[in-house]
Amino acid sequence: MINAHRLRLSTAIFKGAALPVTLGLAVIALWVFTMLTIPLWPLDAPLDMVGRRLQPPSAAHWFGTDALGRDVLSRTLHGAQFSIPIAIVVVFAAVIIGGALGAISGFFGGLIGAAIMRLVDVTLAFPPILLAMAVAASLGPGLENAAIAMVVVWWPLYARLVRAQVLEVREREHVEAAVAAGAGPMRVLCLHILPLCWTPVLVNATMDFGQVVLLAASLSFIGLGATPPTPEWGAMIADGAKHFYHWWIAFGPGMAIFAVVVGFNFVGDGLRDLLDPRTE
Amino acid sequence: MTHYLLRRLLAMPFLLLGVVTMAFLLGNFVKGDPLASLLTDRQMDNPMVVAAVKARWGLDKPIPQRYAIYIRNLAQGDLGVSFRTKRPVLRDLLDRLPATLELVLCAMTFGSLVGTALGVAAAHWRNRLADHGARLVALIGSSVPVFWSGLIALYVFSVQFSWLPGPGRLDPALRPPETVTGFYTIDALIAGDWVIFQNALAHLVLPSVMLGWAVLGIISRMVRATMLDVMQEDYIITAKAKGAGTLRVLLRHALRNAMVPALTIIGFSFAYLITGAILTETVFSWPGVGSYAVDAARSLDHPAIIGVTIVGALAFLLANLLTDIAYVFANPRIRLE
Repeated sequence: MINAHRLRLSTAIFKGAALPVTLGLAVIALWVFTMLTIPLWPLDAPLDMVGRRLQPPSAAHWFGTDALGRDVLSRTLHGAQFSIPIAIVVVFAAVIIGGALGAISGFFGGLIGAAIMRLVDVTLAFPPILLAMAVAASLGPGLENAAIAMVVVWWPLYARLVRAQVLEVREREHVEAAVAAGAGPMRVLCLHILPLCWTPVLVNATMDFGQVVLLAASLSFIGLGATPPTPEWGAMIADGAKHFYHWWIAFGPGMAIFAVVVGFNFVGDGLRDLLDPRTE
Repeated sequence: MTHYLLRRLLAMPFLLLGVVTMAFLLGNFVKGDPLASLLTDRQMDNPMVVAAVKARWGLDKPIPQRYAIYIRNLAQGDLGVSFRTKRPVLRDLLDRLPATLELVLCAMTFGSLVGTALGVAAAHWRNRLADHGARLVALIGSSVPVFWSGLIALYVFSVQFSWLPGPGRLDPALRPPETVTGFYTIDALIAGDWVIFQNALAHLVLPSVMLGWAVLGIISRMVRATMLDVMQEDYIITAKAKGAGTLRVLLRHALRNAMVPALTIIGFSFAYLITGAILTETVFSWPGVGSYAVDAARSLDHPAIIGVTIVGALAFLLANLLTDIAYVFANPRIRLE
């Protein structure tokens, strides 16, 4: 079953049937490449004053310079070093924490399972950005605290998703067969149930990478994430908002966020069409 | 049906208690010191203020008792006093609520009208240029950070071309109309002041379009999916066979029935609207609850942040409940266990 999916995905990509997926993957690959190799690029230092203040785009500074005379292009590209790792860490932490709690709740049920789901209900009762703001504010500004706040907001979604999957897969015959053959509960859960739950988790996680990039930038824009002089995209846009008539300060980082989010949305959309038979 | 609604209604008090408890925990873990969430650093140096606040919120008592006091204060509408404005948080929020409601209602109207139109067009011309175009418009709306698109829109339409006014609810030279509803447009009409009405409306255009654009995607997607389902129904074929025009079939026969499942988007898009409103208000200097929340977060004004969070969760829960109720009543076929 898993191999069938992989086959369909790869043939679809090669045939060009999934043009958005390919495009999205290419954009993401470019950003990851940028993130990994940025110290080697012949760019101005992102934190240094390299030109006159508030200069519009020119041959020397393609995206112009900001209020401190720093190169906006260099800062925008360096921003990948913050936004992409944060998105990866937050999504993985949410998948692992939420997935584990959801699996426990779905497989074992009982009082603990019910308690977990009530905690999920209460967390999801908050508008995500408000809860993230409240958590980040009580922890204090900083990218690490913003990341923790986002995990707090995101894990319940995966708990619900994995729980629903586990409840469904648990009833299948191969699970019954495994139990009859004497497999212990942990073995049944980890080897016979969870491997069949990964499809929706993968689709959601892909879409969520983009959403986490957006929320992280939003928190930094508000002033709860990255602190100056970090070249983080949201913080750079906040800078641009202060120097409203110099549009180029915010332009680069905004386009960067847009590109990353669209990339992940394309891939997530395509994955859903390919992996989820219900949408066909 | 009633059974399902009843269960949802019964769950509400427990969810509320959970929300309030979580807010209590958040407030108590600020810098590991609950006083930090109630007092500024300067006030902390004043033993008299500290003693008064400790007594009011029971901070000298053990946690369970403190929790009881907190709940009692909340029940009386006491959300604490903002560090920044030095006013009760609840009063601040009530003052700013109309501005947010006016913006969100305009955005919702824009988002639903354009989203529905895009969804119908996309379903009618499925997999053709219009479908892809609609998808692209929606995709841009949901992928662009609204605090950035708002800035760019302000720069283009207000600074470059001067077609629309800048940030705020009114030009600085104008005085707000006398408060009746708190909606500047409606209050201006009540006062019969045409100039202020026009100005307030012009100020609403950019923020509502940028905010509505963010929810356009989910709306058009939902309408497209339900339209495609409905278009398969026998009564559509019947209508076509009887010679009804394309537009009539689409709007009269298909859209009406497609709108019922699409009702769920009201509650669903509310989460996006709240998120978007917070950021949109910040960019457009809109004096609503959203910019209040951001100002509070920026200055680490903990009573205000936690107050906004509780009220936001309340609104969120209510919106979801109302959606469920509307859904059940709009579609009698639903019989949930």
